[in-house]
Amino acid sequence: MSSEELRRRAKHAGGKTASYGDDIDVDNFQVAPRELRAGEDLESLDRDLKDSIINVGVVPDQQERAGSFLLLDNSIVHTSKQVEGLEVMSTQEALKRYDWAKDFVWNAVQVDTDKYTAKTFMEDSDGYFIRVKSGVHVAHPVQAGQVLDSVRSMQNVHNVIIVEEGASMQFISGCTSTHCAKESLHLAASELYVMKGGSLTFTTIHNWASDISARPRTVIKVAEDATFIDNYISLGPIRSIQLYPKVFLDGPRAKANFSSISVAPPGCKLDMGCMAVLGAPETRARIVSRSITTGGEIINRGRLVGLAPMIKAHLECNSLIMADGGISIAIPELEARLPDVEMTHEAAVGKVAQDQVEYLMARGLSEDEAVGIIVRGVLEGGIVGLPDQIRLEVEKAIDQTNIGAL
Amino acid sequence: MLKVEGLNVEVRGKQVLHDIDLDIPEGSTYVLFGPNGSGKSTLLATIMGFSQFEVTSGRIFFRGKDITDAPIDERARLGIGMLMQRPPNIPGVRLRSVLKATSGDGMDVERAAGELNMDSFLERDINVGFSGGELKRSEILQLQAQGPCFLMMDEPESGVDLVSIQVIGKKIRDLIGGIGCGSDGSGTIRSALIITHTGQILDFIEAQKAFVLANGTIQCSGSPDVMFERIRRHGYEECIRCHQRN
Repeated sequence: MSSEELRRRAKHAGGKTASYGDDIDVDNFQVAPRELRAGEDLESLDRDLKDSIINVGVVPDQQERAGSFLLLDNSIVHTSKQVEGLEVMSTQEALKRYDWAKDFVWNAVQVDTDKYTAKTFMEDSDGYFIRVKSGVHVAHPVQAGQVLDSVRSMQNVHNVIIVEEGASMQFISGCTSTHCAKESLHLAASELYVMKGGSLTFTTIHNWASDISARPRTVIKVAEDATFIDNYISLGPIRSIQLYPKVFLDGPRAKANFSSISVAPPGCKLDMGCMAVLGAPETRARIVSRSITTGGEIINRGRLVGLAPMIKAHLECNSLIMADGGISIAIPELEARLPDVEMTHEAAVGKVAQDQVEYLMARGLSEDEAVGIIVRGVLEGGIVGLPDQIRLEVEKAIDQTNIGAL
Repeated sequence: MLKVEGLNVEVRGKQVLHDIDLDIPEGSTYVLFGPNGSGKSTLLATIMGFSQFEVTSGRIFFRGKDITDAPIDERARLGIGMLMQRPPNIPGVRLRSVLKATSGDGMDVERAAGELNMDSFLERDINVGFSGGELKRSEILQLQAQGPCFLMMDEPESGVDLVSIQVIGKKIRDLIGGIGCGSDGSGTIRSALIITHTGQILDFIEAQKAFVLANGTIQCSGSPDVMFERIRRHGYEECIRCHQRN
């Protein structure tokens, strides 16, 4: 699509409300600062910023990381990579360097999805551009931090990941805000491509604050025999988040697996979920979400769309209400367009089961200890099968929520 | 060790147990027989303190302390433990985590699990997808971690194959034959109350006394072997009839 056409569409969608989530007036936010400061050392960042990114799985010493990227407000602070066959740069730089890069930009994500994608386009937003070359298996995870650091500001991010044929990568995306950020907004368009036989494990850890809102927009395209694994973790307070990534399983035997664990403290509104479109024969999709409200509101959406024969898809949602005032809504949807499909869903919403609590109490645990261990189990059950390194990050994040002491 | 006086229990408004009296001294193992639905499991669950079971009158004393209204975890910490017949699944909670939480560091988990052929189950979600025999072995492992001095067992041999019964029977014998109450290092000699239908467990343990519970009340008592033989030949009716005559 020509840039004129994109601009025309974005302009047209400037006032288009999103399908889900409370409407946010983007005009109430200033575009956060965008300075030229790439090339900074992650180790020499100030203490507050370092602590913030460590909490979301981004390690400044880059131990056991194959590559790193850090975005502070709208400034790219750091890009680096440790291995051959991996490229880590900014999206704008990629567009300058490679003529073909434009084919991966505003391709998976439609510019006129809603006013947030339109705004991201209009701001010429930048973000990470990660490419794993054909056949390369990146052993350690690549990490990217996206940090809000300003008052009443808007971060506009445009990310691209390309995992080429037969290549594989684990990716950690840590999104957070510093103490300086107040009443701010994170907008992102992320376009992920997993080519034939490739594999991408994409783990997002969100740790915003009670006055921050986020509207990430993510679309993933998965080709023949390729695998996409998505893990999403949000355990801290946030004012409002709405996300609904869409995965298109375009090639035969493509697979997608989504797991999410989230906690909604009082005052938080989480509107989450995802959609998987099984568009080729023998594709597989699995969506598992585990959530807990300690007083906030959680909506868990999930939509499976079966368009090809011999597909299998499963949707599972388990939500616990731990305190009065908490609201949990599960909205599973299955759509099939032909008979030869196997699509299932199960959803459970409620409090911690009394028989489980009493069973553990009969072993000598106090009621609080029993509830803590069960709740932790519910959350950890949502991330079964994570690569070890990433699982450790998530377990650390669960520890930090002090969930056992609920 | 355990004393029950005039116990009446309701479940969801319906009376299930009537005027139960029971006195189990330190160091003794008692057996509970009775037809399905007679209230045996209810009696054990009430002594454990599960909330579904409401004591409408009567008292329960454990080692001299009135525990009729005590919470479940307090009873467990005082030294009461139970092998459940149908323990609940807890998805996401690994058997190892529960063993660790209950034993502190007081048990070599790997070794104890190995002895029960349960090593490969330590990382499994507790009870989820366990077979009948695996459930029993997991329950026994948890009791070992807890170390109670009064052991209640609800049909420890049900669903267990003939080979596994050897392993389980011996472990139960060791558990009951042990001394001490959890972290309490005193020389308390353990006691047990065991529900059995098949009587298989009697080949492994030495029980001093048996009761027949039917229609929610204790009908008769006697030597375990004699009573088991009588039930095998004549059913429960004979005992119930004798009780009614007296």
